[in-house]
Amino acid sequence: MRRKRRPTVERRPTADQSPTVERRSPAKALRRLIIGIDVGGTNTDAVLLDGPRVVHAVKTPTTPDVTTGITTALKELVSEPRPISYTPPSDRPGLTPRVTNIMIGTTHFTNAVVQRRDLTRVAAVRIGLPASASLPPFVDWPEDLAALVRGEVVMLEGGHEYDGRPIVPFDERGMREAARRIRAAGLTSVGIASVFSPLNAECETRAAAILREEHPDATVTLSHQLGRIGLLERENATLLNAALVDLARRTTHAFTAAIAASGLAAPLYLTQNDGTVMLASAAEAFPVYSFASGPTNSMRGAAFLSGLADAMVIDVGGTTTDIGSLRHGFPREANNVVEVGGVRTLFRMPDLLSLGLGGGSLVSDDGAAVGPRSVGYRLVEDGRVFGGATLTATDVAVAAGLTDLGERGRVAGLSGDLVKRAVARMHTMVEEGVDRMKTDAREEPLIAVGGGCFLVPERVPGVSDVVHVPHQAVANAVGAAIAQVSGEIDQIFQNLSRDEAIAAARRRAEARAVEAGADAATLKVVDVEDLPLAYLPGHSLRVRVRVVGDVR
Amino acid sequence: MASLRPVSAEEIESLAIGAWILGTGGGGSPYLALLNMRALYREGARVALMDPMELADDDLVAVVSNMGAPLVGQERLTDPRTIASAVTMMEEYLRRRFRAIMSLEIGGGNAIQPFMAAALLDRPVVDGDCMGRAFPEAQMTSFAIHDLQMYPLTLVDVRHNAVVVARAASWKWMERLSRTACVAVGSIAATCKAPRTGKEIKDCAILGSTSKAIRIGQTVQTARRAHRDPIEALVEAERGRLLFTGKLADVARRATEGFLRGTARIDGLGDFRGHRFELAFQNEFAVGWLDGVPRVTTPDLICVMDSVSGDAIGTETLRYGQRVSVVALPAPPILLTPKGLEHVGPRAFGYDLDFTSVFA
Repeated sequence: MRRKRRPTVERRPTADQSPTVERRSPAKALRRLIIGIDVGGTNTDAVLLDGPRVVHAVKTPTTPDVTTGITTALKELVSEPRPISYTPPSDRPGLTPRVTNIMIGTTHFTNAVVQRRDLTRVAAVRIGLPASASLPPFVDWPEDLAALVRGEVVMLEGGHEYDGRPIVPFDERGMREAARRIRAAGLTSVGIASVFSPLNAECETRAAAILREEHPDATVTLSHQLGRIGLLERENATLLNAALVDLARRTTHAFTAAIAASGLAAPLYLTQNDGTVMLASAAEAFPVYSFASGPTNSMRGAAFLSGLADAMVIDVGGTTTDIGSLRHGFPREANNVVEVGGVRTLFRMPDLLSLGLGGGSLVSDDGAAVGPRSVGYRLVEDGRVFGGATLTATDVAVAAGLTDLGERGRVAGLSGDLVKRAVARMHTMVEEGVDRMKTDAREEPLIAVGGGCFLVPERVPGVSDVVHVPHQAVANAVGAAIAQVSGEIDQIFQNLSRDEAIAAARRRAEARAVEAGADAATLKVVDVEDLPLAYLPGHSLRVRVRVVGDVR
Repeated sequence: MASLRPVSAEEIESLAIGAWILGTGGGGSPYLALLNMRALYREGARVALMDPMELADDDLVAVVSNMGAPLVGQERLTDPRTIASAVTMMEEYLRRRFRAIMSLEIGGGNAIQPFMAAALLDRPVVDGDCMGRAFPEAQMTSFAIHDLQMYPLTLVDVRHNAVVVARAASWKWMERLSRTACVAVGSIAATCKAPRTGKEIKDCAILGSTSKAIRIGQTVQTARRAHRDPIEALVEAERGRLLFTGKLADVARRATEGFLRGTARIDGLGDFRGHRFELAFQNEFAVGWLDGVPRVTTPDLICVMDSVSGDAIGTETLRYGQRVSVVALPAPPILLTPKGLEHVGPRAFGYDLDFTSVFA
């Protein structure tokens, strides 16, 4: 019996598969405004972008229900100065401005894992027996998290070799029985991982089909859609995703409702780890793809606001400082195991150094120690300059004249020695962190962003220039607003030369990006990978191509 | 000293840390093997370590290792039953029972393979191996240096497949035959190498390397707990030499003929600021140059470690920007003999350099 092979096998392409390029007619032209929103643990930031210009920016506290904060931010954003009716520039007098896209980036899903809340209990299906039997799903999870997420664990015969051959035939009957058991146990979210599925996903797609027949209400996450080689790490990502899909669906619906309530009628996109966006309706199935979107957005925003494509970026928030490196306008990625809430995963995430230093960091009585504990979002109540009793990094910065927040008079009594010591400590933390993340001995610029960027010293060793940019406190929302659309293809091609196969894959990826809302004229290839498959008949090549372009 | 000593769960954790350091960049991360041992110990298994001098001359010892492509090992995860079945297969072939089990190489994940087999087969693990570190090729062992016989060998996979290489004309043939079988079963297999008598172990193995790996792991853990510098602690405890401290500035890797080859450059920090250190590797670190001059070569152990945590860094996980320390540890004396250097000296890795020990 031969089943349909996935990824689909592509034979010689027909003559014309290039994406159609849609040209907007001048009559239809509108001034296109984009709203970018970043929902962080402390603040919800929002910006309104008109081309390269930030028209308006607001910062409001994140609310426990998330949506109230967004509604507040949107309300402020579209009120004075009311951009919907603002005067268009004189060179394009006839254009009516309109919000065409809303992009939201959020750390909501990461926080749910880290704080062990709002997680759905899942069923784990591993296909690969007799291989990998001694290390079942959840084997290396922290026990508290596993206790919340682990429902049924099923291990079945099947999976593939590195060259695409089956290890043993897939146990379809076992899968059918498992599906019934999962339904009977009342589990509605299922993660499926098969050995070597990034090379041959046949077992996973077949298992999903059987599950749908037996248990139509179940939501399924398949590992080959999420990760690459490395069974445990890919499976971990799959199970985390399965545990978050309910929350993602609820959150996305709440975002949509908040936008509708504000009277805007623009499509909603969610930003991804890699700095691109997916339509919210598609993104809600893959919450783990947004795990690192917060830092990615802030680094992309820093690049945009500064006009620099290659630089170091330091983002000082309320509790932590993230330091990363921009290359060609995108964050340099970490190329090893990334832990999320104590679970090992293999996502492509920005390579970041996180320090326990932020505007809300606690300062010891003698000033010698700063952080890692922080008052977080309570800074505006607990900080001394705001009338509270807790000595924070912000209070020290105000006393030292580095910034002007709250009432300076409230920190006038701090000893000069304490202030000097605490500032020196914070500067040392920043300097060491920057040095640690630098990959090149040459001096390069350092872009300082985030609400606490006044903690960054004027001069840093190894840094040519500390760059402060307008709207630096909302760089993450700017990064969300400028996110691009991607298209990806991952397919096996037969009887084509390597160049032909890559060209065919590229055309497909471009068509997908255009379908997802990209402007065809701006598409660029960002990733090409090809892998010969020795076992498959003919000359088989697996090709992965990713392109990105601006939102149309 | 008692001939059999139970190994605690904590010591297994230390073994994983120490074995990764002795892997000198290769040998594969012990992480998955460690996960298996944690599971076995949770289920009540306890493995005993045996002083090799307690072996009778005619006792028979199984020498085990996992073989294959690291990439495949990331998908088809190592399983105690497979390595145990390689040992059982050899017993069936020989019609003799093994007294104990020993590791082929103490560097990396193979340090833990005999423990996995021992837990299931209820045998002790011999405190030793035949490399004292990790090496990429079959003839780079103390047994090969001593010209011991290289066959028979058993190779099994997770299915019901098993291969016996009954004879081989040379180490090269043994490598070729076993490699072919390994590729056929999916480029990952458990192997039981040529059985060794108690006398061969006592005369030709590298003795005490298992407890050495445990001790190294403990040194690092103790230093971490006391907020002391784990690198300094290791150098002091093992009479090593700190060769360089700096930041990884460049890595170039290429996969060739089944090996991961490449070079790395470290720019100096602290006392080494203004200097640079270059490393060449073939699975393991083979040569290090300080400011262009050869500073250390195999078989001296070249260990690259995270300067803060003291964790070993593998040649696969070297990454720009890492803060690393390069430490040399003394090689087992057998590797330093003229015959030993023929097998594992710099020329065996294609470097036209004479071996001069860092410790000379």
